[in-house]
Amino acid sequence: MTEQTPAPVGATTGSSAAPVLVVRDLRAHVAGQQVVEHVDLEVAATGVTALLGRNGVGKTSTIKAVMGLIGRSGTIELAGRDISALPTHRVAQLGVGYVPEDREVFSGLTVTENLRLAERKGGEHRYDLVYELFPELKERGQQAAGTLSGGQQQMVSLARALLNDNRVLLVDEPTKGLAPRLVQEVGRVLTRAAEVVPVLLVEQNLQVVRDLTSRVVVLTDGRSVHHGPAADFLDDPAATQRLLGVHGGTDPAGAV
Amino acid sequence: MSTALLLLITGIGLGAIYFLVASGLSLIYGLMGVLNFAHGVFLSLGAFLGYEVATRMGTSTWGGFAVSLLVGALAGAVFAALTERFLVQRLYERHIEQVLVTVGLALATVALFDGIWGTDPRFITGPGWMETTTRVAGANVPNDRFVAIIVAALVLLAIVLFLRRTRYGMIIRAGVENRSMVTALGIDVRNAFTLVFTIGGAAAGLGGVLASHYFGYVSPLLGQTLLIFAFIVTVIGGLGSLLGAAVASVVVAVLQQFANYYLWGTGDLAVVVLLAVVLLTRPSGLLGRK
Amino acid sequence: MRATLTRYALPVVLVVLLTGLPLLDLSLPGVLPGPTYTPGSLHLMALAMVMAALALSYHLLFGVAGLLSFGHALYFGFGAYALGILMRELELGLVPAALLVLAAGVALATLLGAVSLRVTGIPFAMVTLAFAQAGSVLVRRDPGRVTGGEEGLRLPTEHVPDWLVGVADTRNVYWLALAALVFTFAVVTWVQHSRAGHVAEAVRENELRVRVLGMRPFLVKLAIFVAASVIAVGMGMVHLILNSGAVPHAVSADLTISLLLMVVLGGVGSRWGAVLGAVVYVLLSQRLAVLAQSPAISDLPPVLRIPLSEPLFILGAIFVLVVLFLPGGLAGLGVRLRGARRTRGAQAPTPGSLVAEDETT
Repeated sequence: MTEQTPAPVGATTGSSAAPVLVVRDLRAHVAGQQVVEHVDLEVAATGVTALLGRNGVGKTSTIKAVMGLIGRSGTIELAGRDISALPTHRVAQLGVGYVPEDREVFSGLTVTENLRLAERKGGEHRYDLVYELFPELKERGQQAAGTLSGGQQQMVSLARALLNDNRVLLVDEPTKGLAPRLVQEVGRVLTRAAEVVPVLLVEQNLQVVRDLTSRVVVLTDGRSVHHGPAADFLDDPAATQRLLGVHGGTDPAGAV
Repeated sequence: MSTALLLLITGIGLGAIYFLVASGLSLIYGLMGVLNFAHGVFLSLGAFLGYEVATRMGTSTWGGFAVSLLVGALAGAVFAALTERFLVQRLYERHIEQVLVTVGLALATVALFDGIWGTDPRFITGPGWMETTTRVAGANVPNDRFVAIIVAALVLLAIVLFLRRTRYGMIIRAGVENRSMVTALGIDVRNAFTLVFTIGGAAAGLGGVLASHYFGYVSPLLGQTLLIFAFIVTVIGGLGSLLGAAVASVVVAVLQQFANYYLWGTGDLAVVVLLAVVLLTRPSGLLGRK
Repeated sequence: MRATLTRYALPVVLVVLLTGLPLLDLSLPGVLPGPTYTPGSLHLMALAMVMAALALSYHLLFGVAGLLSFGHALYFGFGAYALGILMRELELGLVPAALLVLAAGVALATLLGAVSLRVTGIPFAMVTLAFAQAGSVLVRRDPGRVTGGEEGLRLPTEHVPDWLVGVADTRNVYWLALAALVFTFAVVTWVQHSRAGHVAEAVRENELRVRVLGMRPFLVKLAIFVAASVIAVGMGMVHLILNSGAVPHAVSADLTISLLLMVVLGGVGSRWGAVLGAVVYVLLSQRLAVLAQSPAISDLPPVLRIPLSEPLFILGAIFVLVVLFLPGGLAGLGVRLRGARRTRGAQAPTPGSLVAEDETT
């Protein structure tokens, strides 16, 4: 009850530009079960906004609800346009890039095919950026994506989202299950990505959050309970302990 | 020896017809999660319209046969596309209702065919060569078997090329794996749904014309009978796997022929036993994923 | 108070009324072929009741446990054929033979159910269809000349008590069918309210959650499957006596599809819906066939005459329309009308989806 109430638009974004994605009173359900109760969040027009919370509080469901992959209600505004009633493919076409939790590359398709499938009509395809960030994908173009390592699959998944000119990227736990070296690599890619497109990032690794993000939104039991600058939140051991179950300030590895 | 060879080639010929039905069923199920009970009707419609065309153009002419194949495929494709657009798509993502709607459609259409063409089988003959046999290593193999095998092989090749070489083929392959991720990339999969129905319908319509020559007649129940074996084939082959459907078609049909000949007409029973064994040992089918 | 009254009083009145029908002289022109005491009408009503009981057993599978089976006719046909064959070949009386068939039915349903339930959703539908098809082929092929092939099997009347055979005794068979229906309704109600019934419904909604709670969905589904199958076996036996024989249609996928049609027509998940759907189906299919012969239809141009003279075309079309536009079936329609009248303008109960989201995706 002592948490900050949802901030008015633009107040805590630290940026003068209007947020690119505004979610108000989002509810979502899967197979008749409510998985998101009441989420308010904003993704700033630049940089990375983190979506935090313990396991099972509805972070992934929130992302899926924005994409329209699960049943949802509430308001979801993308650059001022309400997309909450649109089917998934329309949401994506309007410029929402999605990097799902378990990468979800098409394992029977080659790397090149995975990328070609992601090419959206109208608009450029930034193969130069993709191959600059992931030179390996060019070499492995003809390999079936299912035979790649977890880290490589994550690259394909990120590359699919970066290929198009998106308004915002929704990136769900990109470092999950990766070795420390690859976690750093993903961090580097996201930093570079955030230079071209704003990102909403779900991440358990608080060090990554600390390095990348300026703002956080924290969920508990399907509700957003905290909005604010990342540093303030991560430096408050009481808050991180209570909302995330970890000492954000003292544990640099930070993985739950 | 020559008997076994005859049974083998006849079995592969029957397998070719099973494949033409099962390929569409498997792709439709793999991409959309729909068990299409109306698939047999696509086949019957193809067979009947092919029969009508062939009798008008002369059943013994190659031209009549070729046009009947074309008309059969076209009829199946159009009927299938309409079914998807106007019935199945209205129930988007509600799989059980989608099955029910195809059940109702099958019921109504078979009754309609009964009314139009009667319940008695209509006998049909093809061009002279197809009615004769070719001697292969001592076995007299009816030539229509070879035609069925060649057409099915061409269809398999065409579908594989389509799936490998075109963007829509890529969308279908990706959609069979993970439909929701395809939509999350900004692709409207519903067009792909209509497309697989159309392709499946065309293959079934072709299968209808070939089946009418294989069995020598057309009847409203032809499609429904073949449909049940096609279901078994798709489960054994692995739902959603085109190659699995091809392999299982041949395995099932050959087993059926051999059991019918050597095990006192127990072909259909042997097929069901094979199904049970596959389910107990590999519930996802021979080439199925998961 | 009023709810209790309609809940218990109405069924009792209905059963009393149905029990008395053979003794009354009522006419329902257009619905029944003659007055209610005539054998023709009694036979039709008895048939409707047997099918209603069979539809109730299908409701257990599909409406309660969410199992879309295409092989339910196998058990119905098994009951009919096995009873006839046992009585004839072993010269058993009706009761011992019926008990044997029920026991065999339990074994058959357990075995096939255990195999089929290894898969769920649509694959389950395909597998049950395949098993039933094997049974259908077996009956038609007639190995050892026991089933009578396409001709069908004649009821060995010499082993059946006299009061159940003969046209004059149709009302006894009618009462037997009524008793079977009432008994089935009670059993289905009991199963639905039992622990297994609740778990089955929970499994239909969310199998994973039930598994997390430490229950075995497989065993519950198998129990429901066996219960539904055994009821079907029983109804097959009543049907054998009612029709003085059995034909291959009793084992066919067409029969299962008719059951599906009845349950969906009546309203998935509703016991009264299943009964209503079966009665409407049986009466429609009989009366539509009569209607097709009438000059009103036969004088029409072919474009209209051909579809209208095929009862199954009309039933199939009705079925498609119900699935598309009337998700709750007849029972849902009743609820919606009542709700609309009571609240007038307020929101009627949501039609919602026909059944819970299935688990295939």
